[in-house]
Amino acid sequence: MPGSFPPAANTDDTLALEIRGISKQFGRFPALKDVSLQARDKEFLALLGPSGSGKTTLLRVLAGLEQPDAGEVRFGGEDFLALPVRQRKVGMVFQHYALFRHMTVAQNIAFGLTVRKRSEKPSKAEIKDRVAHLLELVQLEGLDKRFPSQLSGGQRQRVALARALAIEPKMLLLDEPFGALDAQVRRELRRWLRDLHERTGVTTVFVTHDQEEALDLADRVAILKDGQLIQLGAPNEVYEKPATPFVFDFLGQACRLPGTVDAGRLRIADWESEAPKGAQPGAVEVFFRPDEVAFAPADGAGLAAEVFAVAQRGPDVRIDCRIEGELMELVGHGPTLPPGVAPGLSVRIKPLRPTVYPAG
Amino acid sequence: MTAVASVPASRPRSFRPSIAPVLILATVLVMGGLILMPLFVVFHDALAKGLGAYFTSLKEPDAIAALKLTLFVAAISVPLNAMFGVSAAWAISKFEFRGKTVLMTLIDMPFSISPVVSGLVWVLLFGAQGFFGTWLADHDLRIIYAVPGLVLATILVTFPFVARELIPLMQEQGADEEAAALTLGASGLTTFWRVTLPNIKWALLYGVLLCNARAMGEFGAVSVVSGHIRGLTNTLPLHVEVLYNDYDSVGAFAAASILAGLGIITLVLKTVLEWRHAGELSPGRKH
Amino acid sequence: MTDRFTAGPVVRPVTDPWPRRTRLVEHSILPGFKLSLGITLVYLALIVLIPLTALALRPWEIGLDGIVRTLTAPRVAAALKISFGVSLAAALTNAPLGLLVAWTLTRYRFPGRRLLDALVDLPFALPTAVAGIALTAIYAPTGPLGALAAKIGLKTAYSPLGIFIALVFIGLPFVVRSVQPVLQDLDKDVEEAAQTLGANDLQRVFYVVIPGIGPALLSGISLAFARAVGEYGSVIFIAGNLPLKTEIAPLLIVIKLEQYDYAGAAAIGLAMLAISFGALAAMNAMQIYLARRGRT
Repeated sequence: MPGSFPPAANTDDTLALEIRGISKQFGRFPALKDVSLQARDKEFLALLGPSGSGKTTLLRVLAGLEQPDAGEVRFGGEDFLALPVRQRKVGMVFQHYALFRHMTVAQNIAFGLTVRKRSEKPSKAEIKDRVAHLLELVQLEGLDKRFPSQLSGGQRQRVALARALAIEPKMLLLDEPFGALDAQVRRELRRWLRDLHERTGVTTVFVTHDQEEALDLADRVAILKDGQLIQLGAPNEVYEKPATPFVFDFLGQACRLPGTVDAGRLRIADWESEAPKGAQPGAVEVFFRPDEVAFAPADGAGLAAEVFAVAQRGPDVRIDCRIEGELMELVGHGPTLPPGVAPGLSVRIKPLRPTVYPAG
Repeated sequence: MTAVASVPASRPRSFRPSIAPVLILATVLVMGGLILMPLFVVFHDALAKGLGAYFTSLKEPDAIAALKLTLFVAAISVPLNAMFGVSAAWAISKFEFRGKTVLMTLIDMPFSISPVVSGLVWVLLFGAQGFFGTWLADHDLRIIYAVPGLVLATILVTFPFVARELIPLMQEQGADEEAAALTLGASGLTTFWRVTLPNIKWALLYGVLLCNARAMGEFGAVSVVSGHIRGLTNTLPLHVEVLYNDYDSVGAFAAASILAGLGIITLVLKTVLEWRHAGELSPGRKH
Repeated sequence: MTDRFTAGPVVRPVTDPWPRRTRLVEHSILPGFKLSLGITLVYLALIVLIPLTALALRPWEIGLDGIVRTLTAPRVAAALKISFGVSLAAALTNAPLGLLVAWTLTRYRFPGRRLLDALVDLPFALPTAVAGIALTAIYAPTGPLGALAAKIGLKTAYSPLGIFIALVFIGLPFVVRSVQPVLQDLDKDVEEAAQTLGANDLQRVFYVVIPGIGPALLSGISLAFARAVGEYGSVIFIAGNLPLKTEIAPLLIVIKLEQYDYAGAAAIGLAMLAISFGALAAMNAMQIYLARRGRT
């Protein structure tokens, strides 16, 4: 899995952002329940979760656009929540760009610089320089005199990023920035954003509901559900060792079977194998990825499966089978079917890396 | 297979003449007869005794005083109402709170009451037998039958206009741009001035235009509070009435022609704004 | 090992000046809320609420029977009847007229259409006194149309008919502007479907178009009605103002004020408000009923 960043234990990596115990209610709706997490300096942290998980609310708390009911936020040691929005020096990129429709691209980007106090305001020439440099950075040279209505969605988002970067923010906050764009543009911008982050090195918090995006871009991923933090870790970590069934299911395709763990052995129906390390004895739910199975002929070892359909799906093969009364879609790698697998035949399958959670 | 011999397509038997021309003609008649004729009559009767008489009546001191008073009252009412409109629209469109519907119903109030009632209420408060009547008399202050009364009556009748143009537009625009400006370090005032105002300037102008037209042309409400003191508390519309009741036809229509001219200019500017800046006006203004 | 934080004890909650119980407003970081709401509320209180309270309270000075006596006095009762009656007639007349104009403007293209469209707002932009004397000049026995009408025995100015004409004049824009946008958006497909199913033009209009614009038409009628009831300047010249015959209710208010009968004037004003609200509420209810029926 890409984006690996060894999760450091206690190190001398400076902690840029510390969030502790943040809670926020909207009327009767609890958007955030006692959320705590940390981000290191220059880290790219993704807040991932389904809608209603509180990720956008948390981002807005960081920006200062919402006040939490309880909790603390420290940035570089400072009490962040005591600062009003204007003084936080946080660059924010909104899902629908929020570009100033009556200003040109150049004016949009320069805005953060032009509203500074006289003592801190750069000269006109400096501002012009900065804007030109940023336009180059986001690859929009020549578009400085255009208005937002004359730009495509992808271009608008890049202007929004340039505008946020112009104020040399301590932290960059991105609220589903690619949500309003189509798939192709999204992919291109993803590559480009990663590159940009490498070059600028700004601590970034990125909200998305797209797990592929989060796993692709982030140094670490924080998964939220119903206002609570479920798991925080590097992409390959959360993908390989999801903390709960929800995380497993959210991050990729999941196949599920009931089983039992007893004396270090995992048993599903009539198949037995070594239980994963640390598995609690008792009734369990077994999760595995549909593409992490081994196929064996019917007389071999493994779970009994009845194949009833196969289909070519791009680079992989989809194998629909019935296991223990459940319909499952398994995936075989490569263009050819595993030996012995054909519609109507019985085979045996073995989950290669099952993850086990206590049942109920 | 042989080609089928081409047969002319059969036409529907009854040829239905389009009724469009009839409707168009009817519309033109209605509009011309009902709407345009009064406008025509104003100028026709004002010039009935020739251009000389027309200009003479306009230069009458009372007429000039009336015009000045009209402009003065408008010059106070319109900016005040514009400030109210902007405040109300800002509060309603950028924030969440309970009671918005009540607020908006209150803002629409003047449209449901007669202008005469809009003048009556001020008499009830500040007239000789009004609630504050004796207090005002004791302090030698006059509101009714004086200019302040005219201003109050005009404000009551015209205050919704700017708010009604701004509120739907600003609600549609949301608060994202303002939030972005804040994160970029702008103060509240800077945000309003550089981000919000450019986005609402045409709707604001439109609202001010309508507000002004109504303020200058208001008759019923000011009639009640004015006292009709020639040269002192007669706005131009009231002056028209005074002259008309004096059988000074040319004078009355001459004064009316100025007001009609105001109406025409308002109409022209309004239409221009609708044609050229439809996207920046309150939704529902585009047609 | 997953890098997971256990929730530590909550450290120092953020000080909240608004205790949860009394919160009416969501904290918004956009500045200027208190200022803008403050200005709005103060303005409304001074300009609308206090004056309206004065209106609501004053009639009780003469007690309930005083109010009833005022309102049932023949002159007042007649004026109320004329105001509301003629206004209703005018608003209802504006329905087909307004529909005609709106239809022609939205459905057909012809030279001068845009000009005509702009002119629809003229009664709205023209000061009422100007409209008043102009209409009188036209419909007085000495005026062009007045003389014409006299020939066929109709008295236009200085009669209820004159009032009617003036109220139709000022009410027309309301109906047209209410119906226009709905007509424009009306689903052409539905109409064409009706055509292919064999409906002729008249049926199409009655069964598809009119139900579609029903609520908007009703809204326009009620706006025209509300405006007509209170109208003063456009009517006061052409009416003739004969007691019991052509006096309108607003004029009665002015007369009572001149007689220093503040309570009586307020009573009439309050009655006008009450009846208007009642009528508008009824029309609103009908609108909702119609809109609900139209929802498939």
